[in-house]
Amino acid sequence: MSDTIQSGSATTMSLSGDLIPPRPAPAVLDRPLTGARVLGIGLIGLWLLLAIGLVSMVITGWDEEKFVRYGPRYLHGLWTTISLVGISVVLGAVIGLPLAFARMSKNRIIAAFAYAYVYIFRGTPLLAQLFLIYYGLGMFRPQLESVDLWWFFREAWYCGLFSMTINTAAYQAEILRGAIESIPKGQHEGAASLGLSKRVAFRKIILPQAMIVALRPYGNEIILLIKGSAVVSIVTVYDLMGETRYAFSRTFDYQTYLWAAIFYLAMVEALRHLWAYIERRLTRHLKR
Amino acid sequence: MGGSFSALDGVLTWIMTIFDPFCGPAGIFTWLGGGTLLACGDTGWGDELAAGVKVTVAVAICTLPIGLLIGFVVALGQQAEDRLLRIAAGIYTTIFRGMPELLTLFIIYYGAQILIQSVLAKLGYDERIEINAFVAGMIALSVVFSAYCSEVLLSAFRAIPKGQYEAGDSLGMRRWRTMLLIVVPQLVKIALPGLSNLWMILLKDTSYVSIIGLADILRQTGIAVRVTKEPFLFYTLACVLYLGLAMLSSIGLAYIERWASRSEAAR
Repeated sequence: MSDTIQSGSATTMSLSGDLIPPRPAPAVLDRPLTGARVLGIGLIGLWLLLAIGLVSMVITGWDEEKFVRYGPRYLHGLWTTISLVGISVVLGAVIGLPLAFARMSKNRIIAAFAYAYVYIFRGTPLLAQLFLIYYGLGMFRPQLESVDLWWFFREAWYCGLFSMTINTAAYQAEILRGAIESIPKGQHEGAASLGLSKRVAFRKIILPQAMIVALRPYGNEIILLIKGSAVVSIVTVYDLMGETRYAFSRTFDYQTYLWAAIFYLAMVEALRHLWAYIERRLTRHLKR
Repeated sequence: MGGSFSALDGVLTWIMTIFDPFCGPAGIFTWLGGGTLLACGDTGWGDELAAGVKVTVAVAICTLPIGLLIGFVVALGQQAEDRLLRIAAGIYTTIFRGMPELLTLFIIYYGAQILIQSVLAKLGYDERIEINAFVAGMIALSVVFSAYCSEVLLSAFRAIPKGQYEAGDSLGMRRWRTMLLIVVPQLVKIALPGLSNLWMILLKDTSYVSIIGLADILRQTGIAVRVTKEPFLFYTLACVLYLGLAMLSSIGLAYIERWASRSEAAR
């Protein structure tokens, strides 16, 4: 193919008989020291300096006694955070799925109710919701005792879990709704034309595609929840942040916060990479 | 001179009182809260809550330009040709998107305090320093905001074709002029939905400044609760106030979005 074109062009434009042979790429000259490069070096240097400062702070301020006293507490706090987030994500999904359907419902009243729920819980800060549940529901102690729910709302841990669950349910419902509605109508019609019932079509055709769309926002939501879970420390739950505040109030050692930062960053980064892996794995049939 | 200023001041205060949405003549608390716990003045908590709303809005509005500016610079860094610059910007977004806002706030609040104190101790002053909670909150929130904002702007930058820059070059514009006159106007339009989302998140994140002692909505309601022992009422009210702010913002943002997309043909 290329031969014919070459010979053709050689005959019509007969100024030069043969093509210039391919040449090697020009040698890379020394890249000039541009402003961007200087800035880049400077900023990387700044980060390195900060990292060195952090490490040296840890080394010089190393205190065996503090480590022995607060190390296990940190691990316990880490476990509290992870379990809070894990449980609330699962429970949030359990509430969020019906909520997503309610949001898409043709029944005006149900749809309006779901919309109001989502709007309220996405429009107010988690901290305010937590206060409302932890302090606000404390007012209804006699009523709660009469229905035997007081043990639940008395514990800060349960209150934190509850507020995180209902908060994430609202977000998850929106993610699911968006994902389900993003599936083209033709998929529904295709399933119907194959004679599949609505239920089977949803389970076998719509949901698998919707889950792929929802995967990335879901990961973001879990990350947001990990970060948001720090607020439960304000109502005396000893999660990672709570233990950090405890350690700081005892030692006035700034390192306590840096350790918390390292733990949180490790958690979020691990989740992010795990999610990237899952996404690559699940969408490998879509790659071309 | 001073007299005219104070007169102007008086007029301004008068206007502010007339149009005060909470405690003015047509304010919510004046109408609905009269005689209850929510009345304005010394008998109720209406004016305290109104002050809290003002602080919340002030923190959010002061954070926005700083966060946008830092976010823009970081986004430029993230798409720079220089690899080191990209890495440096990447580290910034990774750190501040990965840390809880509360922790960022504490790290900046206490970190700045310790830093200033140690510097002053070297210079011979030995006093306990309290840094301004408003400034600390503003810095922490703008750092978090900018980290997210840079991601939004980065994806918007990628949506602008290279030809736009080349067109600017071919017209003989300087780089910053191309950026200002050609790229940024399109960038705003593309990034606006993402940015308005971030504004809503920022509005909610301002609640964290109450923890370092700034008298925002949540702090003021907390004080009211401690005095009145009516937690349910006041925390519900706090949620309602936040919701109101969110609704107002969504109205305003819808208006801005219409304004930004007015160049598109009506369909």
